[in-house]
Amino acid sequence: MTEPGDVEDDAGATSRRRFLREGAALMGGAVLAGGLAGSEAVAATVNANNLPPNVPEWMKAPGDPMGSQLYGTPSPFENSVVKNIPKNLPQYLSASGRTPLQDLDGIITPNGLFYERHHAGVPAIDPAQHRLMLHGLVDKPLIFTMDDIRRFPSESRIHFLECSGNPEYKKPYGKTASDLVGLLSCAEWTGVSLKLVLQEAGLQPGAKWVVAEGADAAALTRSIPIEKCLDDAMLVYSQNGERLRPQQGYPLRLLLPGFEGNMNIKWLRRLRVAAEPTYSREETSKYTDLMPTGSAREFTFYMEAKSIITRPSGGQRLNTPGFHEISGIAWSGHGKIKRVDVSVDDGRNWQEAQLQEPVLTRALTRFRFPWHWDGQPAVIQSRAIDETGYVQPTLAELLAVRGDNYDYHNNAIWPWRIAADGEVSNALA
Amino acid sequence: MPSRKLYLAALAAFALASATSAQAQSPYGIGRAATPAEIAGWNIDVDRYGNNLPPGSGTVSHGREVFDQQCAACHGAKGEGGLGDKLVGGQGTLATPKPVKTVGSYWPYAPTLFDYIRRAMPQSAPQSLSNEDVYAVSAYILNLNGLMPADATLDAKTLSAVKMPNRSMFVGDPRPDVKNPECMTGC
Repeated sequence: MTEPGDVEDDAGATSRRRFLREGAALMGGAVLAGGLAGSEAVAATVNANNLPPNVPEWMKAPGDPMGSQLYGTPSPFENSVVKNIPKNLPQYLSASGRTPLQDLDGIITPNGLFYERHHAGVPAIDPAQHRLMLHGLVDKPLIFTMDDIRRFPSESRIHFLECSGNPEYKKPYGKTASDLVGLLSCAEWTGVSLKLVLQEAGLQPGAKWVVAEGADAAALTRSIPIEKCLDDAMLVYSQNGERLRPQQGYPLRLLLPGFEGNMNIKWLRRLRVAAEPTYSREETSKYTDLMPTGSAREFTFYMEAKSIITRPSGGQRLNTPGFHEISGIAWSGHGKIKRVDVSVDDGRNWQEAQLQEPVLTRALTRFRFPWHWDGQPAVIQSRAIDETGYVQPTLAELLAVRGDNYDYHNNAIWPWRIAADGEVSNALA
Repeated sequence: MPSRKLYLAALAAFALASATSAQAQSPYGIGRAATPAEIAGWNIDVDRYGNNLPPGSGTVSHGREVFDQQCAACHGAKGEGGLGDKLVGGQGTLATPKPVKTVGSYWPYAPTLFDYIRRAMPQSAPQSLSNEDVYAVSAYILNLNGLMPADATLDAKTLSAVKMPNRSMFVGDPRPDVKNPECMTGC
């Protein structure tokens, strides 16, 4: 069972054995065969000359030499795994593109597939000409170069980022996991604690908010409570080990773990410490939540606990009855995921899924659930519970309180319908 | 050696004093002072009270000209929307199945209009309008929404005094607001 060099800890061994035992029981002696196909999977033409007992052609000649790719790209056989860009938008300067969640494993989003939301395009910024200004209610207003920022003590943390409108409450609902919640990604971020930078200027009494501004053509502006700025907020210059991509705010962005994406100001150029929020257009007319009564909730920062099954999920197909691992992701802006429950009988019964360790705060958590599909129509879904005890609600529960004019913070459970032919589709569409 | 002891004590005291004063100033000594002129050039924030609005003014009639040239292509000739947001109308629709959010129906504070237009509009050339043009086009959009007479002139004082119809409709964040009973079996 154990791979050579695999470190066997007791908990891991126990859960692994339990997984195998349960998996075997669920399989009920069925032959493990076939699997899962994506609708966009490469329909490779199988050449029998490359199959046993023959020696495949790629073993009969040397491959590409060293240096044929100075910056590596995925295999050409994976070229269908790309960002999910909505078609026929009226314009693409203020728009968003989604991560293909259903095609990814683990919890880290590759930088090239990280979701994007821009309000006026992606600026091309020369880091040598980029400055961060820190002013307002501080003892000493300061200007930093990027070299300055990188001189501060650094830290790296893994956190998710999620757009507040992911998805909307009104139909039509999307077909795939990416269509539904693809404005979500997770990365290891490196930068400096915002608290250290604020202390460098010295906060004055009355400092309650920090107004952050981007150096894009929208000069996007949001106000952040000082408590968050002095807690886990970061100024980030690297993502998954390399410098930020332009789409993610190169050369500098704000990271507010657990807060809605648009507040994590990209291309960060200015921080103004203030006694009050600035009441920018984004935090009054845009990222506010309209209730059925006509009132609107403002300063709704946190992304609440949420999960989705990514495999099998909408647009995929189960090729055969038998064993299929159900796998998905869970996350909460309020901290760690405590538990994920999975139902395979249209929500009548729920069972606890396995969580991939380590479970990190305000990061994606991968969950898995062994399942034997009997070939009958089924509805599968997942439900996240975070460390505050909050339970991910159903769409009906959300709509009953918020109505469908509420554009943001939709963290509904999203069930997938599996038809007798194995086709997976959105059960709420 | 008393003198040597004294020297070491003084050195230690100096080091401590320097460290303490550096601590109070800036722990890492990174960055340089931002000058008032630099801050003034970059700080274009206008808050809900109109603080930091610049001098200058603009009329509704001049705003119509600016709007026709700079805004109408995306927002429609009368602010009815197009590639850009609908800017006019929608009052009374927010509690209906088809709410129409515009400057007139939804925006809680008028100075935000100046702030946003100056920093981000027109989309093809943000921060290109003069302050006078921004006042004027703000005045015109308010006029289209019935919030400013056609002969009005807008400046820092008059813009700050505009009371937007939807101002009182914003509330704080009451979440968690939705409870899932966490049923496990026979649900």
